[in-house]
Amino acid sequence: MDATILSRIQFAANISFHVIFPTVSIGLAWFLVYIRQMADREGGGVWDDSYRFWVKAFALTFAFGVVSGVTMSFQFGTNWPGFMQTVGAVAGPLLSYEVLSAFFLEATFLGIMLWGQSRVSPAVYRLSVWLVAGGTTLSLFWILVLNSWMHTPAGFELVDGKVVATDWLAIIFNPSMPYRTVHMLLASLLTAAFFVMGVSAYRLLQGHTGEDVRRSLKLGATMAALAMPLQILAGDAHGLNTHEHQPAKLAAMEGLWQTEKGVPMLLFAIPDEAQRTNHFEVPVPNLASLIVTHDLNGEIKGLNEFENAHPPVLPVFWGFRVMVGSGMLMLALSWAAVWFLRRRGELPQWLLRVLVPATFLGWVPTLAGWYVTEIGRQPFLVTGVLRTADAVSTLPAVTVGGSLLTYLALYAVLLVIYIATLFYMARSGGGHHGYTVSAGAAHPVAA
Amino acid sequence: MDALDHETLVLLFGGLMGVAIMAYVLLDGYDLGVGVLLSRAGGRERDEMVNAIAPFWDANETWLVLGAGILLVAFPLAHGIILRELYLPVLVMLVGLILRGTAFELRVKSPPEHLEAWNTLFVVGSATAALAQGFMLGHFVAAFRDDLPAILFACLVAPCLVAGYMLLGAGWLLIKTEGELQRRAAAWGRKALWLTAGGIALVSIATPLVSPRIFERWFSLQMSSLMLVVPLLVAAGVLWLSRWLNEFDPVRDDSRAWVPLAVTVGLFLVSGAGLAYSAFPYLVIDRVTLWDAAATDETLRMILLGVAIVLPPIVLYSAFSYRIFRGKTTHLEES
Repeated sequence: MDATILSRIQFAANISFHVIFPTVSIGLAWFLVYIRQMADREGGGVWDDSYRFWVKAFALTFAFGVVSGVTMSFQFGTNWPGFMQTVGAVAGPLLSYEVLSAFFLEATFLGIMLWGQSRVSPAVYRLSVWLVAGGTTLSLFWILVLNSWMHTPAGFELVDGKVVATDWLAIIFNPSMPYRTVHMLLASLLTAAFFVMGVSAYRLLQGHTGEDVRRSLKLGATMAALAMPLQILAGDAHGLNTHEHQPAKLAAMEGLWQTEKGVPMLLFAIPDEAQRTNHFEVPVPNLASLIVTHDLNGEIKGLNEFENAHPPVLPVFWGFRVMVGSGMLMLALSWAAVWFLRRRGELPQWLLRVLVPATFLGWVPTLAGWYVTEIGRQPFLVTGVLRTADAVSTLPAVTVGGSLLTYLALYAVLLVIYIATLFYMARSGGGHHGYTVSAGAAHPVAA
Repeated sequence: MDALDHETLVLLFGGLMGVAIMAYVLLDGYDLGVGVLLSRAGGRERDEMVNAIAPFWDANETWLVLGAGILLVAFPLAHGIILRELYLPVLVMLVGLILRGTAFELRVKSPPEHLEAWNTLFVVGSATAALAQGFMLGHFVAAFRDDLPAILFACLVAPCLVAGYMLLGAGWLLIKTEGELQRRAAAWGRKALWLTAGGIALVSIATPLVSPRIFERWFSLQMSSLMLVVPLLVAAGVLWLSRWLNEFDPVRDDSRAWVPLAVTVGLFLVSGAGLAYSAFPYLVIDRVTLWDAAATDETLRMILLGVAIVLPPIVLYSAFSYRIFRGKTTHLEES
């Protein structure tokens, strides 16, 4: 394998490992804002118990996001020097705005949120929780501005092969930015909602049947059931946007080789790039045209129009199906949960047992969707401006391979530890306090 | 902002990057140092030491992202070269930072029987990150040469920076803790001080030898008086601080417990200024200048706009946070 493919795998591994934590923590931060507001209105009590548990789960998730995020920040330059050299005029300011406006804000007020409750007034404390949530969301905004610009670049001109920024409003509000940002923000809320639901279901099954756990479960279920239809609408709108601006990616998502009208949706197929055709197609007539163009006989451009400039078809085609399929599963689960909660006031045992492994179900469509959109942009790093192969570092393959193996091993171990710790916290009610504070104790105690 | 010419803009960003890196070294330096010192402490003391850095470490580490970020966005050419030369130490540093950041949370969130293991990983992660940064410093001073003497030199500088961080950490603990732990912090600080001083001497002697240009700059006529005064001042400061730490009494001296940290910060600032003076105008010694590596003026102006708007609030709310957690934090209450 050459350094390009290794660098891509390393970047994909880093970003995949990183993105799963902010995806939980951005949504969870807004849950905490809501729970804190309710707790303050109640003056302690049940919502306060709920807050104390979730703020610890948040702290754990946030820490994993920070350490993997610091790693991310070094990946841009080490493995993709061509990226900054060509599009630095756009990427540089956007990345620095993210660090300056979001990272310091969330990190500083997180300190107050986790350790300062007894040192500030309830109002200042509440403000800190808001600022942490705002900071995480601001960070999502800036990084998706940059990512969207890489998909649908605007507001620039090329001078001697390098990007020069000409219109910052056009750069920030580039054509795919609003769709992508809303889609990702909803993905984060949904991932957090399933996280809250799954962990609460686990706590109920473990005998923690307090009112705070029940309320958390209900909050997660309600949020998921409300956000899922919105996500379908947002996804549909994003699809129309992709059809307009990135037709090659859309053709790969639909597995469409020839430009056609009245395109069927393929429930199943094995795209074959060598023969430029699909095997084992299971089509639903006209459905793809209806979804993508909102017209039964709408025309969709096929992959053959973009020879040598379209993405690999198989991963994009299947990534899209995994995303939509797991999204439908989330819709079914969340609506079932709300239905039972409204009918009976609680969930049947079987549904609780199903929700526990669904704690991280939100990761599946998030990652699958991420692969669809990123692989779907290939062979470009910035659509029409910079090819991925031209941005890669000239590092020796063995160096990149070594660092890749290090990261993969570390990430695999950390992921297992993260999940195990989260469920341990769910069982034990949030961990312990280190060594006892009583004098002379040599052994740590559970609180 | 349009009034700034190319010369001034690049200089400004060089200065900004220097400030961000120095802020990182001082801020994350003290919490990495406390992390390493955890190996010397017993059970309950460890909780108190972790409490002393708990509300701050995350924001401290953000300065690394800013420092490396400015190098990336303002000096992309140098970023490419430097991070390529430092690919391995950066990897090692990141692994260290990952270990310590996760261990920090996991030590109180995983089952209590794993506490010792996470404490150990917290120490190992902190030490690994600090060693890697020390190696990078040495490698930078040696102009990224990869012959054996240069590599050996970088390996020598590495533990000295760890000692410097331990000195910062001990200074921090003196302010944030009390009683026996405070007394021990003074003793740790004293030991770390000598290795730190050794490191400063090592880098100071090596820097002029790396390049004839730096040699001439230091031993020119205008500099000769400064060349005499600064080392003497540093030596006097080290001796004085060593005595101060030796005689430290937790009851009598608590109100002056900030002194060692202040002196240490002074040592770091003088060393940093000396290093910047040697290297200037080079980002990669004798190879790439600030101006060779800088992004276009338009890009720099756009970033500067963000810096001008956001940096003052950052400084303000950071100060606010340090005010909230002022005084002793040995018994921090978690939400």
